[in-house]
Amino acid sequence: MTSRKIEILVGLFVAASIAAFFMLAMSVSNMSSYSGGESYQIKANFDNIGGLKVRSPVAAGGVRIGRVVDIEYDNESYVASVTMEVSAKYNKFPLDTAASILTSGLLGEQLLGFEPGAEEDYLKDGDVIDLTQSALVLEQVIGQFLYSKADE
Amino acid sequence: MFSRLINKIQHLGVVTIAVFQRLGSASVFLLEVVASCPGVFVKPSLLIKQLYSVGVQTLIIIVVAGLFVGMVMALQSYYALVDFGAEDSVGVMVALSLLRELGPVVTALLFAGRAGSALTAEIGLMKATEQLSGMEMMAVNPMQRVVAPRFLAGVFSMPLLATIFSAVGVLGAYLVAVELLGLDSGAFWSQPQDKVDLYLDLYNGIIKSVVFGVVVAWIAVFEGYDCIPTSEGLGQATTRTVVHSSLAILFLDFVLTALMFAK
Amino acid sequence: MSDILVKIRDLHFSRGTRKIFDGLSMDIPRQGVTAIMGPSGTGKTTLLKIIGGQLRPDQGTVEVDGLNVHKLSTKQLFELRKRMGMLFQSGALLTDLSVFENVAYPLREHTRLNEAMIRHLVLLKLNAVGLRGAAGFMPSELSGGMSRRAALARAIALDPMMIMYDEPFTGQDPISMGVLVSLVSELNSALKICSIVVSHDVPETLSISDYAHIISAGKVVESGDPESLRNSKSEWTRQFIHGVADGPVPFHYPAKPLLEDLYG
Repeated sequence: MTSRKIEILVGLFVAASIAAFFMLAMSVSNMSSYSGGESYQIKANFDNIGGLKVRSPVAAGGVRIGRVVDIEYDNESYVASVTMEVSAKYNKFPLDTAASILTSGLLGEQLLGFEPGAEEDYLKDGDVIDLTQSALVLEQVIGQFLYSKADE
Repeated sequence: MFSRLINKIQHLGVVTIAVFQRLGSASVFLLEVVASCPGVFVKPSLLIKQLYSVGVQTLIIIVVAGLFVGMVMALQSYYALVDFGAEDSVGVMVALSLLRELGPVVTALLFAGRAGSALTAEIGLMKATEQLSGMEMMAVNPMQRVVAPRFLAGVFSMPLLATIFSAVGVLGAYLVAVELLGLDSGAFWSQPQDKVDLYLDLYNGIIKSVVFGVVVAWIAVFEGYDCIPTSEGLGQATTRTVVHSSLAILFLDFVLTALMFAK
Repeated sequence: MSDILVKIRDLHFSRGTRKIFDGLSMDIPRQGVTAIMGPSGTGKTTLLKIIGGQLRPDQGTVEVDGLNVHKLSTKQLFELRKRMGMLFQSGALLTDLSVFENVAYPLREHTRLNEAMIRHLVLLKLNAVGLRGAAGFMPSELSGGMSRRAALARAIALDPMMIMYDEPFTGQDPISMGVLVSLVSELNSALKICSIVVSHDVPETLSISDYAHIISAGKVVESGDPESLRNSKSEWTRQFIHGVADGPVPFHYPAKPLLEDLYG
């Protein structure tokens, strides 16, 4: 085995593993959400965030437009404050856009859904969404159902 | 009867001390090897040759194993998830399992068995036939010429191999899930794109495989260098390489997983 | 430039609990073939390793060309080793290199000569040992005698001031033995160096030696030129030199009297 042949094979080996890395990074991981470029931050307050987590997706009409970057409990106003980053190309959400916590799929993954409103001014970096709908808490739903049944 | 118990305890004490002594001499050896590493880049042809024999020659096993592991994972995930109607998540399950665990760990175990034992045997044989002594007497540092290139080759090859393993595994899973089981190819690729994190999963997996590479390469070259230079001694040394490496890999996997993936 | 190349004084060395050298002292002259002989297991190979600095004595000094071997820094030790050639019992050729490459190895490592010069030198060295035609063989294709000759060519590659031979004649057929014996002698006179031959092949070794030391139980038992050793007054030396079956080293391993063992 000449040393030239060996070098070529080693080079191919290294190239193959770099290719494998890129294949994994592009097609399997969420690299696109990191290289998404510019984004702006929006806050929203909820009574209950349910199973929403940091890095949960933010979607509008089912399309992913950003992700949750921070979740904190505000001790003063007793609400859960969620900070999210929205991709800069989706910058035409009206001020009265509603943010709800929805469940996707049967495994219960929760995401933040945007429902656009009708105002003329758009949400900018640092704005807070007023209209929010908290996650459905199973006990409350059952409780509501039982009460409504009792009313009938 | 009591004295037999004392003897056993004494023996245990001797063995324990011997273990620590071996660990100590192995650590000193590691420091010497690391100190010799910069010298390797003066003559990179040695490193290239070792990368070939350690990395390229292990590639076939890794690719075949990766393919089958990916395919099995897809099957098993499908059977587990289809009861919940969640079979579209097969892609995520396979990708996460491979990137986080199976990729680094299985690659490392196969690597220890194939390349690790070969390294031990090579170095041990050179010791037994006095080639290492001969090099010393020719004023050539065997650490730099023989040991360090092999060590570095092991450390570099592991992450490369683990990445290829994971990639081939995902492809194998794709074949089974989409072609064989008829799942939606769009769902197969898009779910991981949401759930698999570049830093947490892919990079951490690579970090794991580098750590495994250092440990396996260290054990392999040490056992070779330290072996009893007879044919029995060589056989014992290669066995020790495989066993100790495997145990170390599994133990470190636990530690690293706890560190990296704890919430 | 003193007459003595290697000066060993009061050498003590133990391996585990076994004392190998117990106050050994000897002088090895700068020119000529000096033999170090003794029964198997007396540590003759160990002595060569100590001279070469691979092993450290517990006590005592070893001086080579005026330098205390074990007080040298690593760099200085490596410089000294370039001036020493060593022929191991098994040849110790690097198995993944051809004969040519093996002989070229020290030249490539330690000199900046270009390829053409290296090729000339290698072929000349191989010619000296009679293996110029075998330059392309791999060590696994060589017979025992040939690999020793190749290793010898490698040992003289850098024109050292001394060559140490570790049991060079052991296990060789008569022709190979004759070849090696004459090579050791001719090289020594041609290169005018110091050759240290460690061996227990008495007739062959004495036939080419200028001086010999006999070691037993960790000390030098007797020294002298071959003639005086052959006519030695010491019983022990006579038994060793002439290969007598029974003498100071007994034939019978210590045991009970025979009658007692049979009928006792």
